[in-house]
Amino acid sequence: MTWFDVGLTALKVVIIQMMILNIAPLLIWVERKGCAYIQDRRGPNRATILGLRLGGLFHALADVVKLITKADSENREVSRPLFILAPLIAVFISLITVAIVPFTEPLVLGNFTFNLQIADLSAGLLYVLAFSSLAVYALLLAGWSSGGNFSLIGALRAASQMVSYEISMGLSVVAIFMVGGSFRLGDLVAIQGENPFDWFIVKLPIAFILFFTALFAETNRLPFDLPEGESELTAGYHTEYSSMRFAMFFMGEYIHITVGSLLITMLFLGGWNLPYVSTEWLRSHSSYALEIIWVGAALFHVVIGAYLIRHYVRRRGFWGDARDREGLVFGIPALFAGLALGAAYIVPKTILLPWWVGPVTVFGIQMGVVLAKTLFFCWVFIWVRWTLPRFRYDQLMRLGWKSLLPLALANIVLTGVMVLYG
Amino acid sequence: MTLNGLGLFILFAFALLLAGGMIALSSVLGRQKPSAGHLIPYECGIDPVAKPRHRLHVKFFLIAVIFIIFDVEVVFLYPWAVVFRDFVARGEGLFVFLEMMIFLGVLVIGLLYLWGRGALEWEE
Repeated sequence: MTWFDVGLTALKVVIIQMMILNIAPLLIWVERKGCAYIQDRRGPNRATILGLRLGGLFHALADVVKLITKADSENREVSRPLFILAPLIAVFISLITVAIVPFTEPLVLGNFTFNLQIADLSAGLLYVLAFSSLAVYALLLAGWSSGGNFSLIGALRAASQMVSYEISMGLSVVAIFMVGGSFRLGDLVAIQGENPFDWFIVKLPIAFILFFTALFAETNRLPFDLPEGESELTAGYHTEYSSMRFAMFFMGEYIHITVGSLLITMLFLGGWNLPYVSTEWLRSHSSYALEIIWVGAALFHVVIGAYLIRHYVRRRGFWGDARDREGLVFGIPALFAGLALGAAYIVPKTILLPWWVGPVTVFGIQMGVVLAKTLFFCWVFIWVRWTLPRFRYDQLMRLGWKSLLPLALANIVLTGVMVLYG
Repeated sequence: MTLNGLGLFILFAFALLLAGGMIALSSVLGRQKPSAGHLIPYECGIDPVAKPRHRLHVKFFLIAVIFIIFDVEVVFLYPWAVVFRDFVARGEGLFVFLEMMIFLGVLVIGLLYLWGRGALEWEE
């Protein structure tokens, strides 16, 4: 192990962590804006920088500034070390579960191999299951140390809900291990291949439903957000929290959603595989792929730029302040970027590209496919939250123990028969 | 230390620093003087009626115990599930499958017993 390895590993950790961390504020924005449009409102659109709103995206920034400058409130019943430890655990656990996720196939450049994965453990998914089950400590400690009745009831609900659904989640992946024969996410993705009918969402639909449902309960999202049911418990286990400590529970939740969506992508949706496009085909035709992406990006920028400029022309003087110029500020650079890309299209056509462009293009495409699938599932999480009503607690436990658990056991038997005679 | 261990070590250090840094930054930048209202546990504006950490419903304890039984079961299933395909390929699949069915059957009987005794009921 050389210093180069150490530096490369540190770089990988920073890249992956920054990606996961930056999806969290983006998801909060999508959540607020998405719920607004589902409820026929406009959503956040007031925070501005130099009069530019960016569709309310600056609210995420404003929230961080606000939360970090608020007082850390602690009531007299609080047991302080545990009270501070709880949000720390929530963020820590959700950040480290991403370690074994391979975002792409290894990038091979000559005799140098770059694998965008922090640790390629043979235990793979077991690592994720083991660490994500520790997340229950964050909620339990938060509720216990807060010294409020709402917090304590919320924490108890959270703990028994999470442990109940963890069993169904653990049993649902048994079916995947039986068909896939490995704990490594990379192996499981490779076995699914590029044919969508071989993906585990089609082969093992019951396992997918179980995993997906259990994930909602594990992340404490609606329809299973009983631990923080506002109408009964104010805010559940984080009632007594304020400032950044409060925000850390939410960060943990959103990172958990992101990692959960990544796992669904890898386990059930073929990971980095495009439907019917094999990696070998991509590798041998990487110049085509590059050209398609190039032209696509140029067209995309031109269309966005033209739309924003048209928007500016039609709504000129509507607000009477800096907001009017928003269309121009973003439209003109987008248009010119598109035109420049279009003009530069001549580059890949005429010049002989260096040999490393092909593998890097394939790497980028696989990364894009994984992120697209992941973000789609993140959106499904938000979509479900604003569509379904909340369960009652006895219904929640009945669903967990009396429906999902027998279904998960039956699924193992079914999958066993399928593997034996299929 | 292997490369995997190194990756995990750096990741753990990074995550711990980040989480700790956020708490530290918030306590440095936040308002320092709590008011009298901060000191009372929140109960919708009135003074707390009941002391916190009072006696709790035994259901929660029961769920925890049942969880341990079934979670250990899941752990026993994992190694079997991973090698199951290899056994099928070697033609010993049916034997291995039936063995695990006996194990699962015992646990299903346990689940049915709990179900029958009302351990999973939440309605009073």
